[in-house]
Amino acid sequence: MGKSVNKFFGFISRYRRHRFAGPLMLLSGLLFAGIGYTVAHAATEEVQVVLSSDKASLISEGKEIFARGCSSCHGLNAEGAGAAPSLIGVGAASVDFQVATGRMPMADMSQQAMRKDPVYDERETAALAAYVASLAPGPAAVTNEELFWERDGNTAEGGELFRTNCAMCHNLAGQGGALTQGKYAPTVMGVEPKHIYEAMVTGPQAMPVFANSVLTHEEKLSIIKWIKFVETEPSQGGAALGRVGPVTEGAVGFILGLGILIGIAVWLTTKAR
Amino acid sequence: MSARERVAGGTASFIDERTGAAKWMKKTLTKVFPDHWSFMLGEIVMYSFVILLLSGTFLTFWFDPSMREVEYEGSYEPLNGIKMSAAYASALHISFDVRGGLLMRQIHHWAALIFMAAMVVHMMRVFFTGAFRKPRELNWIIGVALLTLGIVEGFLGYSLPDDLLSGTGIRIAEAIIQAIPVVGSYLSYFIFGGAFPGEMFIQRIYAVHILLIPGIMLALITAHLMLVWYQKHTQYPGPGRTEKNVVGYPLMPVYMAKAGGFFFIVFGVTAFLGAVAQINPIWIYGPYNPGQIGAGSQPDWYMGWLDGLVRAAPPIETHAFGITISWNILIPGLIIPGIIFTLMAFYPFIEQWMTGDKREHHVLDRPRNNPNRTAIGAMSLTFTLVSLINGGNDLLATHFDLSINQIMWFSRIGLIVLPPIAFVITKRICLSLQRADREKVLHGRETGRLVMLPHGEFIEVHEPLSPEKAYVLTAHEQLPALEIGEADENGVANPQGFKGKLRARMSKASQEQISKPTPKEMLELEDGHH
Repeated sequence: MGKSVNKFFGFISRYRRHRFAGPLMLLSGLLFAGIGYTVAHAATEEVQVVLSSDKASLISEGKEIFARGCSSCHGLNAEGAGAAPSLIGVGAASVDFQVATGRMPMADMSQQAMRKDPVYDERETAALAAYVASLAPGPAAVTNEELFWERDGNTAEGGELFRTNCAMCHNLAGQGGALTQGKYAPTVMGVEPKHIYEAMVTGPQAMPVFANSVLTHEEKLSIIKWIKFVETEPSQGGAALGRVGPVTEGAVGFILGLGILIGIAVWLTTKAR
Repeated sequence: MSARERVAGGTASFIDERTGAAKWMKKTLTKVFPDHWSFMLGEIVMYSFVILLLSGTFLTFWFDPSMREVEYEGSYEPLNGIKMSAAYASALHISFDVRGGLLMRQIHHWAALIFMAAMVVHMMRVFFTGAFRKPRELNWIIGVALLTLGIVEGFLGYSLPDDLLSGTGIRIAEAIIQAIPVVGSYLSYFIFGGAFPGEMFIQRIYAVHILLIPGIMLALITAHLMLVWYQKHTQYPGPGRTEKNVVGYPLMPVYMAKAGGFFFIVFGVTAFLGAVAQINPIWIYGPYNPGQIGAGSQPDWYMGWLDGLVRAAPPIETHAFGITISWNILIPGLIIPGIIFTLMAFYPFIEQWMTGDKREHHVLDRPRNNPNRTAIGAMSLTFTLVSLINGGNDLLATHFDLSINQIMWFSRIGLIVLPPIAFVITKRICLSLQRADREKVLHGRETGRLVMLPHGEFIEVHEPLSPEKAYVLTAHEQLPALEIGEADENGVANPQGFKGKLRARMSKASQEQISKPTPKEMLELEDGHH
């Protein structure tokens, strides 16, 4: 036994300066961490499934997640502190928008929270939303039945409303636009209808709130329907060039159009020699 | 004589007997043009203009230049039932319901962008090679007029479809008109036939866009070409090329084939772009409504630098005697472009004044051999480029995660600081290139071949230039700076005053050169080598 252990360490000692030793160690380390993480992750998920889904326990679960992931900025009772606002009364819709689009928790304290892969899954988000909604009443998360935009929306009217209310920041084609001091209105392309709706209701970050007195429920659905039309319509007339208008068109005209023509002119005049 | 020859000959004599064309044709068809790619830039402009005329004519068949309000009932579903001008509705009709309509619209727009781009690059060629010098100053001025008209024409075309983007452009044009002190608001009412937007401007813009400006441009292009014809084409320096001859190929058959073929190439490239790349998707933008606006509204690129200047302007206005003067629009929108275009038009004369060189020139300068002019050009381009960048500041901000305020401040400072820096750097580069030319002529080309001599020394073999190459590098003349004395022969100090002093300084700056090798130096070196 002792002899074989010695033999093993002797083997390691002998090859510890081998040129593959470093990469091999790194690889095994990564493999170990990866497997460990996967196992641990699966274990926690299992715990969640075990949790019951009634409202009270959802809230308490949300409170726990909140304490772990949000309270360092928003305060232990969501009362807000320093850079982070109070979340009392923002409602479930706001939490769902911010968390499900990955904006919260923020990766860094830059100009504004940006869209990224969500940190919490659907259930955790719902728990967080339930917890925050339990603190004080606020806009509730929109249900699928309410969000029947294919049926209740009107594309043409939605386009008109979008141009009146949204295009000034989000661009005529919904591609997003710049605001002051590095803030921006993000693109509305590729956003879940639910999140578009919640953004209108809650006015995240620099966006104003579009209450039902400003845009009715049906009008909001019309806007969503128009956005979804523009998002999925085929690009008539060729490559869309980012749909940001004359800047890219000018660049293409100059570089591709005139560039090709000058190239041909050079070719035409060299051949003659 | 074959039958074919008989028919051709018969036709030729029929025309000749009635027009006397043969003598003229004989002279004309053998006219010689020099060969260089940069001489074809103007051709791209001309062919794009022809494409614009043809595709534009096609569009007029369906375009309805009217601001009459209609309800859209066409193929594009998201606009159905929306109230809009007949102009916008007909532009949608062309895009979706006329066979080949969208393709033609896109060809028309791409051709306009290429037209302006080629015009600017053509102008850069003329400027940097000194092709505008006597006797071609008038043609340069015609060119500046064509550039100005082209910008206006392009802007009007951009405004015609009456979509939300183009209406926004018209709104800014209205602001610039109103910024003219005292008469601005009257002019605006006059142009729009009342308060903006009124019910007139599409009809009026249409008449100007399809009739007036193209007519003037066509006349100017004709004059431009006739002057090129009459004054003969310039040529780059080279052995056998003098101020009195033109070395090149005859019009018939070489340039007939080349130029004719090139037209179809330009048409092909434009049609290719029109077929594969979407331009100005007006159906997404929606109809114009003064109450609506879109983020990222931009003009076409040739107006982008003007937009950038307006975006850079700080909000300053004064109120006096019941009149408001909006400096923030007036300066970037009218005064700066006015100064730029005036200086550009008069540059040939300004340069003559600076150098005192009023002789005719038909052989072009290599840009490095006139460092001052090249540096002035680089300075102007830097200014325009910085303002062009600021014109797209919102897109730069969103696409490169920058702050729009910081881009604006960069542009504000850059517009003032960067052009002089570009001037100095360009001038130094030119002088360095001159130095390199001088080295090459005197000591030959560095071949990169190292040779070890018998006593162990390493040398790099320099290969003498061919006489042709050496000629190109030394053909230019270097004028001395103007002598403007401190006192005239009667002892009166500084006879020309400030103007004389300024001119002396300008002349000194513009004649700053690395002296090219003299024949004597060449001979001495040759003696030394052999």
